[in-house]
Amino acid sequence: MGQVIIRDFEIPANDFTVAGEASSTVRKLLVQLGVAPDKIKRTAIAMYEAEINAVIHGHGGKAHVEISGDKITIVISDEGPGIEDLDLAMQEGYSTAPDSIREMGFGAGMGLPNMKKHADELDIRTEKGKGTVVTITVYF
Amino acid sequence: MEQNYFHSVTLDKDKCRGCTNCIKHCPTEAIRVRAGKAVIIKERCIDCGECIRICPYHAKKAVTDTIGIIRNYEYKIALPAPSLYGQFGPTYSRERILKGLLGLGFDHIFEVARAAEIVTMATQKYLKNPDIKKPIISSACPAVVRLIQVRFPSLIDRLLRIKSPMEVAAALAKREALAKGIPEGKIGTFFISPCAAKVTSVKAPYENNRSDVDGVLAIKDIYVPLLEKMKKQKAEGDDGFSLSGSIGITWAGTGGESSALNGGRYIAVHGIRNVNAILEQTVQESLEDIEFIEALACPEGCLGGPLVMENPFVAKVNLRNEARRAPVRMSEEPLGDDEEYIWQSTVEYRPIMKLDDDMAKALEKMQRMDELTDILPGLDCGACGAPSCRALAEDIVMGNAILTDCIIKLREKVDELESGSE
Ligand SMILES: Nc1ncnc2c1ncn2[C@@H]1O[C@H](COP(=O)(O)OP(=O)(O)OP(=O)(O)O)[C@@H](O)[C@H]1O
Ligand code: SF4
Ligand SMILES: [Mg+2]
Repeated sequence: MGQVIIRDFEIPANDFTVAGEASSTVRKLLVQLGVAPDKIKRTAIAMYEAEINAVIHGHGGKAHVEISGDKITIVISDEGPGIEDLDLAMQEGYSTAPDSIREMGFGAGMGLPNMKKHADELDIRTEKGKGTVVTITVYF
Repeated sequence: MEQNYFHSVTLDKDKCRGCTNCIKHCPTEAIRVRAGKAVIIKERCIDCGECIRICPYHAKKAVTDTIGIIRNYEYKIALPAPSLYGQFGPTYSRERILKGLLGLGFDHIFEVARAAEIVTMATQKYLKNPDIKKPIISSACPAVVRLIQVRFPSLIDRLLRIKSPMEVAAALAKREALAKGIPEGKIGTFFISPCAAKVTSVKAPYENNRSDVDGVLAIKDIYVPLLEKMKKQKAEGDDGFSLSGSIGITWAGTGGESSALNGGRYIAVHGIRNVNAILEQTVQESLEDIEFIEALACPEGCLGGPLVMENPFVAKVNLRNEARRAPVRMSEEPLGDDEEYIWQSTVEYRPIMKLDDDMAKALEKMQRMDELTDILPGLDCGACGAPSCRALAEDIVMGNAILTDCIIKLREKVDELESGSE
């Protein structure tokens, strides 16, 4: 059913210089595809937050992106420590980020709530000690 | 709607050698080399002037008006950009420069720096509104506004909805002249410009609004005649037109507009690539603790504009000296009606990066671009006339190029034919 554009990205651990690159590459694709500005914005924000979480909390990971005529699906996976209490992590202001990270302007505990707000669907699978897989879907 | 694609930045075909310098540096990939000469894709050009700065053969130029245009008006008002004050060394004070302008045939002068101070006051008021989403992005640089229009549609509502100092200066100067009893049709306003993008914003304003500026003269074109006039004139004596303070003067360089706001979290970014990176972060909402972004396309801001004479770093020193001599803020004009400063309409998204109006077709095209990108050598050498292999793939899919425009692919094909004929 129609074309699907696929992209895969590596998300290096603790490398803030490339953090956000995957989501800006995807943003440019959506502009070329003529997706509505509001959807592009929501995708860019949600993906960026997931990307940064993988960098900061997940020891880096991967992003897999599929774009079709009616939606974009972004799967960000890492093999980091996992999230102990997901309900708690989803709350605004909850963060385990250490001071060093907070000094860089992260760690407000707003990433997951922001993803929830901007994604049409948000699915998080996480297991302690194994890792985390975040799936974001935005419908066009 | 008929789009006006006038551009100040144009190519001098005779000087162009068809090298790859400009195509590689254009931030919107708006240039290709075809049949040995550069071609600017008008819809994509944002008039940032990068190609003018980079071209080793000076084949890119900015079209402006010539000084003769002022003769079409009886009452000629010069609107000097503050960057003009940075073009001359310490012998030539602001007062002398403005007197020199009179010598060139102008009847009156309204400093754009004065209008910049008014824009500063209006911006301070604007930022107090609790309902606006921050950071707000300055709209003073037209190249940045155009970049947002083509590349960052979701940031259009972050643009500062206040007219540029040039437009405010033109409107106020006209109002003053009208009040003196000079009939509307006889008044002409002329911006003395460091900037190509400003020419475009006058000749082809956003969304076909009207500009109050009647002509744009390049600083580098009036530099020599102005210098000659200044040499002949007496150095002392008040000109009566130096009405702006240091706040307005420093707007010419980077950090001027933002530090004028006085307090708060403001950032100043300059150079089109740096601006691009900051806008990317703004979209991702990772700069939400910033209140205001001053963004200037040129390195070192308007002092590094494509139409200036002096090296921007030298100009910076000259400007700083000039600012030191001035009081902090001279114009005490209270803000008039909001309508005088606030944009009456917004700028619109220009989806020129879009591959097709039909999303299904756009996806198909992108798929073919992906396939072509896999086949192409990935050298991004520019020999095909496109800035990168990916851009050539796009050109092929859009029907504007063929695979054998790639010299490596061409050689492969020739080798194939030769081995076939053996
Ligand atoms: N990929 C992940 N791996 C392990 N833990 C995670 C991951 N993503 C989130 N967490 C945990 O969930 C908490 C909340 O995440 P959230 O993104 O909401 O806030 P934050 O990253 O701490 O701060 P902010 O996103 O505002 O910079 C994190 O502090 C962390 O403990
Ligand atoms: S920085 Fe100044 S000179 Fe350069 S494009 Fe922008 S407004 Fe024009
Ligand atoms: Mg986070």
